[in-house]
Amino acid sequence: MSEVKKKRVNMSQAINLAMHDAMALDENVVTLGEDVADREGGGVFKCTAGLSEAFGTDRVKSTPIAEQAIMGAAVGAALAGMRPVAEIMLMNFMTVAMDQVVNHAAKLRFMTGGQTNVPLTIRTTTGAGFGTGGQHADYLEAWFAHTAGMKVVAPSNPADAYGLLLSCIFDDDPCLFIEGLPLYFAMGDAPVQGERIPLGKARIARQGSHVTIVSYSRTMVEVMQVAQELEKQDISVEVIDLRTISPLDMDTILESVGKTGRLVVAHEAQVDFGVGAEIATRVHKELFGQLKAPVGRVGAARSPVPFSKALEDVFIPTKQRITDAVFEALK
Amino acid sequence: MTDSRSPDTATLLDIYRKATLIKTADDRFIELIKAGQIASPYYSPRGQELVPSAISANLRTDDYVITTYRGIHDQLAKGIPLKPFVAEFMGRATGTCKGKGGPMHITHMASGLPVTTGVVGSGLPIANGFAWASLLKKTGQVTVVNFGDGASNIGAFHEALNLASVWNLPVVFVCQNNGYAEHTKYEYGTGAQSIVDRAIGYGMHGIQCNGNDVVEMWSAAREAIERARNGQGPTLLEAKTFRFRGHLLGDDGHYISKEIMEAAVAADPMPKFRRWLCDEGHASEEQLQAIEDDNREQFEEAVQFGLNSPYPDASELGKDVFAEGVGV
Repeated sequence: MSEVKKKRVNMSQAINLAMHDAMALDENVVTLGEDVADREGGGVFKCTAGLSEAFGTDRVKSTPIAEQAIMGAAVGAALAGMRPVAEIMLMNFMTVAMDQVVNHAAKLRFMTGGQTNVPLTIRTTTGAGFGTGGQHADYLEAWFAHTAGMKVVAPSNPADAYGLLLSCIFDDDPCLFIEGLPLYFAMGDAPVQGERIPLGKARIARQGSHVTIVSYSRTMVEVMQVAQELEKQDISVEVIDLRTISPLDMDTILESVGKTGRLVVAHEAQVDFGVGAEIATRVHKELFGQLKAPVGRVGAARSPVPFSKALEDVFIPTKQRITDAVFEALK
Repeated sequence: MTDSRSPDTATLLDIYRKATLIKTADDRFIELIKAGQIASPYYSPRGQELVPSAISANLRTDDYVITTYRGIHDQLAKGIPLKPFVAEFMGRATGTCKGKGGPMHITHMASGLPVTTGVVGSGLPIANGFAWASLLKKTGQVTVVNFGDGASNIGAFHEALNLASVWNLPVVFVCQNNGYAEHTKYEYGTGAQSIVDRAIGYGMHGIQCNGNDVVEMWSAAREAIERARNGQGPTLLEAKTFRFRGHLLGDDGHYISKEIMEAAVAADPMPKFRRWLCDEGHASEEQLQAIEDDNREQFEEAVQFGLNSPYPDASELGKDVFAEGVGV
């Protein structure tokens, strides 16, 4: 096990630590993806740096740019008893591998009557803010959460990324692990080595009494800032960091909204047909009589991710739009 | 052919037993579907029996065979137990997959049948993963993945062959070229003169053989499987064959000319193989008849087992979605 010496790390470092620790713990943990081995630089965001030097290029394999081949090999290896971590460089490239994910990884346990399972982790990154335009920055988590058999995880900080990634790798089902691109560079508390964070369990990031905001991944950054700013106006915001999108921790959400009576869901994915819609309908069903306002939803604009900074800045769920949604809920 | 050794009599009779079991199963499945006792789309392998029967004679039980929706010949040749196999076709709780997968997703791990896919070409990238795992675990297992000529035109085929070559994986890519991709004749959908030509583009060993000739098929499979087992990497093995009963049961075959069909019937590998076994002195008529009768008897037992089995309970919908069971 590598030693966690630093008190503060960024998310790229936390993921790298988790990969090192998982591979040291279990020789069945392997990883593959474009440029992941050290000869190719240890991943474009250095998340897999040092792994091939430590564990060899049989277990840490750089691949051609061929997402179907990457995902298929990962599915096959998982079926054969390995615990592969497939890196799909950017979430938009998941579209190239959809058949292997949706028709195979997610369904094989059920279709084989439980004879097989796919303990696969897919690591991928995404997010607007870097001028990468319409095919490099989408948040597509709803597609996968909509697929029976998939688990979807989206950490918001380095320590969570470490603990959740370990849980994904040692989970017996396919997990999509979404890494918010700007979060790679944001420092946070170092993880406790070896400490796994359970899947399907949300975290109360901040306690409050007037309104609940549910969020995950990168949008948690804006949400926490909004909550702090609103506190100055005597508005008490409870913030729930989902950590896992599917399975969804409704107990934590319902307990919070049962207390505040108001809910805003904020995520960088588009609002329409999204995770917020699912949470809203479940909350309306369980707490219909207790809600003091309709559930609010904040997300990206209903457009492809734009290139121009002027557009990109207003495309994402800005602090202003999150704040507006809170005031709408408080009306 | 680098290996010209012929299969011995015992091997030939094992191949004959498998091939005739496949034919029996095919005939009976069609009868059962027409009688309303099985409700399922059906993709007949009639005409392709010798291909997997000869391949499997070269495989270990723990070698992996991955196949597609047209796969009963591959599954039976690999040795899937008949009762749960037939029960799965009937959607019964006693089926290999508890009735939750069906004919297009037959899986039987103990027989080395981990994946049957309903998506053309998707088995090839998955085969690479099994082969990678075998290398890491040093088990010496070989993975055989079966697909049709149509699958050689989908992206997954090309990505998978390239990766297998780069990683030098113990995989045999078996293209059962039956001349038709659904209703489209080979030359109207495939740019290459032969599927095996595509091996060159990936720096891969390629073998083309007559899949309807038992000695040629056995020998080609032996070469490819030995290469994989010995660390010499993957092979693209093109087995030329023919599909007598269309793409899907009910297909009237209007797209196959009368001349082609007549020639194919005249060259039907099953009666030809039977005659050859007798002519070459490998078996008597009576011996072959006994094998066929035994197949029919065993298959009939499996049919009765299936028909007498319960359907899965509705609660099965919530099971096997996740390790923990019910999806949330």
